[in-house]
Amino acid sequence: MTKNDVYILGIETSCDETAAAIVKNGTEIVSNVVASQIESHKRFGGVVPEVASRHHVEQITMVLEETFQQADMTAEEMDAITVTEGPGLVGALLVGVNTAKALAFAKHKPLIGVHHIAGHIYANRLIKEFQFPLLALVVSGGHTELIVMHEHGSFEVIGETRDDAAGEAYDKVARTLNLPYPGGPQMDRLAATGEANIAFPRAWLEEGSYDFSFSGLKSSVINTLHNAAQRKETLKDEDVAASFQASVVEVLAEKTYRAAQQYDVKQVIVAGGVAANKGLRTALDNKFDDAKQELLIPPLDLCTDNAAMIAAAGTIAYQQGHRAGWDLNANPSLDLERYGKRGLKR
Amino acid sequence: MNILAIDTSNQVLGIAILKDGSLAGEYTTNAKKNHSVRLMPAIDQLMKETEMTPEQLDRIVVAKGPGSYTGVRIGLTTAKTMGWALNIPVTGVSSLKALALQAQLTDASICPFFDARRGLVYTGLYKNKDGALSLEENEVNIPFAEWLEKLAQRGEHVVFLSPDIELHRQVITDYMKDLAIIPELVSHYPRAGYLAEAGALEESGPVHALTPEYLRLVEAEAKWLEQQGKN
Ligand SMILES: [Zn+2]
Repeated sequence: MTKNDVYILGIETSCDETAAAIVKNGTEIVSNVVASQIESHKRFGGVVPEVASRHHVEQITMVLEETFQQADMTAEEMDAITVTEGPGLVGALLVGVNTAKALAFAKHKPLIGVHHIAGHIYANRLIKEFQFPLLALVVSGGHTELIVMHEHGSFEVIGETRDDAAGEAYDKVARTLNLPYPGGPQMDRLAATGEANIAFPRAWLEEGSYDFSFSGLKSSVINTLHNAAQRKETLKDEDVAASFQASVVEVLAEKTYRAAQQYDVKQVIVAGGVAANKGLRTALDNKFDDAKQELLIPPLDLCTDNAAMIAAAGTIAYQQGHRAGWDLNANPSLDLERYGKRGLKR
Repeated sequence: MNILAIDTSNQVLGIAILKDGSLAGEYTTNAKKNHSVRLMPAIDQLMKETEMTPEQLDRIVVAKGPGSYTGVRIGLTTAKTMGWALNIPVTGVSSLKALALQAQLTDASICPFFDARRGLVYTGLYKNKDGALSLEENEVNIPFAEWLEKLAQRGEHVVFLSPDIELHRQVITDYMKDLAIIPELVSHYPRAGYLAEAGALEESGPVHALTPEYLRLVEAEAKWLEQQGKN
């Protein structure tokens, strides 16, 4: 450990994963612990916010302890404590934020709030150094956004979903097909064995728009299933899944490709839980095969929620001089662009 | 023995610092404001004023509920993390017991309660036995009318303490008649000094195992269990 190395602790509790991690210099994972709650939410068919919050408060100190043990480091050796400030479930976020405040206070460390989506993007920096300008496609249960970055810590949102997030649409259609929670990965698996032979709509929206809309597609799937049932026809679940996936993936890949050309970016980063989707990965691989942009998709465990990504984004915030006060609060609707433009020393 | 006590389990935000066995400072506000925003600045301020550093603390005491789910978690998360980071014990004390302590000198039974909406309260019954409060009736989440009926049947004087006393004053006197003792204003708001005192005497287990006392299942969980029962 040389004196110039920066060690940052990250804490993430925005949804149903209780996570902490230590990252060195913003690029190297020292330790990364995620306590998943999927099993407890399964019986409810989705994340119950109050259940998630209850789990977080039970797990958080154990997760911290394991994080420091795995790293063979102590809190004293951290340069800053960083935490997901938002967006996310407010009750869940509050556990992380208050943990970070208490730890930073007890150990006299700087405290920094991090935007969850900034975290998803910075997960990629744990794999490969950024080259600007870059384009990020963030797709998860709560987000579908296209973001251009011209430099570290600054974010320009050029497109976002106008209704459901991509992951949300996956979950809803999965529920209609009676697939167990979490539905996204199940749909992906099913789609791989089916044929995309049903013509579901593609929502391109206005000419030149990088926004998304998935609610029409979701309704179309539900209607198609309903009509088939009335005609006493049976559609194969795997064909429905494959056709639905084809629609989602085509729009995501095409808009990402167009944006990459228009903004003339050097790298294209795919982030968020849905980045684990094989259908999406394949479509993007094909689309960017001959493109001049480098396509980066992080490994599975860095696509889903984790705290290493928060520590990675937090490292940049630390180096740029951002500091939160003891009045740091959870902000369930924290805006990414405004987060990027926030003043120093709040 | 230096103790930091934290109570954010209901609307009152309370912090106290006991230094070498005496009360060095206490902070109490009763405002409809966000505990998450105000707790740590208040701790910081009180620590400075009492010339205390985190390293000098020997124990943290926290009100572990019942109360507002979010409020309870803010206090408990803060206490657990500080205790873990400083490697000192953290004691969770019932929020109801902490309130009951404000009438600990009475010989009558003490009924602290918090309004839990839809006619329900969080409550329990305490009594002073040889200088310490002991639990007479377990803490429950119960329709207040049902609870009062039970208390009235005991035929003993009861001191009622609650920040929500005005909401329920009438129904208490309806059921309890002259068995009800309702003190003046200030005793109804929990003060963290009492919490610190109670926590100094209570056992504390491992920090990781300390969990909130909600006294109520999550609604989705209750429904799920009901469904399981039917099947
Ligand atoms: Zn996420």
